[in-house]
Amino acid sequence: MLVLEQIHTYYDRIHALKGVSLTVRQGEIVTLIGSNGAGKSTTLRAISGLIKPRLGRILLDGQPIDPLPAHAVMRLGISQSPEGRRIFARLTVEENLELGAFTRNDKPAIRADLERVLALFPRLRERLRQRGGTLSGGEQQMLAIGRALMSRPRLLLLDEPSMGLAPLLVEQIFRIVRSINEQGTTILLVEQNAHAALSIAHRAYVLETGTVVLEGPASEVLASSQVREAYLGG
Amino acid sequence: MRWLVRLLGVVVLLLLAWRVAAVGLAEGYPASFWISQTLNGLVLGGVYALIALGYTLVYGILLMINFAHGDVMMIGGFTGFFALQLWIGVGWLDGSALWVVLALVLTVVAGMLGSVLAGITLERVAYRPLRGAPRLVPLISAIGASLFLQYSVLLIFGVTPRAYTRPALIEGGFRAGDVFVPYTGIIIFIVSLVLMLALYLIVQRSKLGRAMRAVAEDKSTAALMGINVDQVIVFTFILGSALAGAGGVLLGFHNTVVKFNSGFIPGLKAFTAAVLGGIGNIPGAMVGALLLGLIEALGPSALGIPTEYKDIIAFSVLVLILIFRPSGLLGEVLSEKKA
Repeated sequence: MLVLEQIHTYYDRIHALKGVSLTVRQGEIVTLIGSNGAGKSTTLRAISGLIKPRLGRILLDGQPIDPLPAHAVMRLGISQSPEGRRIFARLTVEENLELGAFTRNDKPAIRADLERVLALFPRLRERLRQRGGTLSGGEQQMLAIGRALMSRPRLLLLDEPSMGLAPLLVEQIFRIVRSINEQGTTILLVEQNAHAALSIAHRAYVLETGTVVLEGPASEVLASSQVREAYLGG
Repeated sequence: MRWLVRLLGVVVLLLLAWRVAAVGLAEGYPASFWISQTLNGLVLGGVYALIALGYTLVYGILLMINFAHGDVMMIGGFTGFFALQLWIGVGWLDGSALWVVLALVLTVVAGMLGSVLAGITLERVAYRPLRGAPRLVPLISAIGASLFLQYSVLLIFGVTPRAYTRPALIEGGFRAGDVFVPYTGIIIFIVSLVLMLALYLIVQRSKLGRAMRAVAEDKSTAALMGINVDQVIVFTFILGSALAGAGGVLLGFHNTVVKFNSGFIPGLKAFTAAVLGGIGNIPGAMVGALLLGLIEALGPSALGIPTEYKDIIAFSVLVLILIFRPSGLLGEVLSEKKA
């Protein structure tokens, strides 16, 4: 459903992505792993339309989406839980979730999806009236994922959902990610925690300084000596 | 360093208190005088609040001081004036009370529309092309826009002030003992309160208001929610300008005249009010404006100085706030983005 063809992006003079190509098929969990600064978040920002590739194309169901502004990309069914969670700190948890459904007008269905998100993340229900900024890191991560789900995306982009979380919580988040996928949402997962990501993904791409150095089924990537050495601690 | 500033602040306050005790209170004005002045201050504060909210709304979203905002208000004052002339032409002001009220409401609406048109034009022409430029650049553009509006009006309508005709219905006032409140004052205060309440409801309860608050916090994440950030910014200018336009018409009725530079001083005062309350903070703008109105109305008599110097008091407040509490009274804690 999503295809990136030879994407090049720049931050001022810095050549961040140097011809990244990848494909995400309907129903998959695809993970994009790599070390800090490899260009993982940049890839997601390019897909969402927050930065424009200088070269290359991004296609959703065969249609180019790279010329579109971010708010228009989101309306096509691609929603992102960004790096660093980016919760609206001064808005309540409920308002954050409602903003996730900003593009929708079907009130009863939004209500139902809110219930679905709260069922996934029961902790958020207790905090609905609290300001987003008062949540703990783990709760903010749940809110960021929940907020991204509120638009009923066809493709969910998750940027480092495990960052800064305790191991127990990481496990819980990954279990939820998998169950979101099982309910029919395609997922592109960016992670530094390569082991956890590879254990739930169908396919994987390994990014290094702006280029894809390895790709394949997650189990094969997990077994590859290259990845073992670089990201899994030997 | 910090304690020195605090100490200085306390000394300034003590000096002011001493001056009030020694001079202002010694004059022995009657209580009715103080009550009247307090009411005047609230009326003035209501108008300042309408204008101050525009500064604060735009600052909240763009971190930019729209220095042309006072002139946007003046445009509303002029539009209201011409609308009023039109109603007079068709004889509405001579009609029954119902017609007069209708004419007055439509005058305010016309002023709001005039200001909205000016506000969104400025956003499109003078500010949007500079988004992403260093913060000083749009500020300079705003000062240019302010001069442009003033001197365009001067060129087209000349220096002669235009007189707002007050219909007989709102002439005069309400008297209780020695306390006198003009009807225009009561109307101004009520209209300001109603508009502020409307703004509060829009910002806190509506979907667009929620989008505004999201954009104010984090534009790119707001865009990830599917919010069209440019549209929300235009909407913010519409809200701020509409309030200013209403303020321009109310000020027209209050001062009875409007001319090309009528927006300048009230604009600066409203800016002071917004800073006093904490720029970017909506309740802050309201509180700061009412406080500034009171300070201006009561200050000269309390300090025993001629009323002509009331502007000095208002702008001294600005300087003192900037020195001693730059974040304002209800100052928001600066987020990392704004610090």
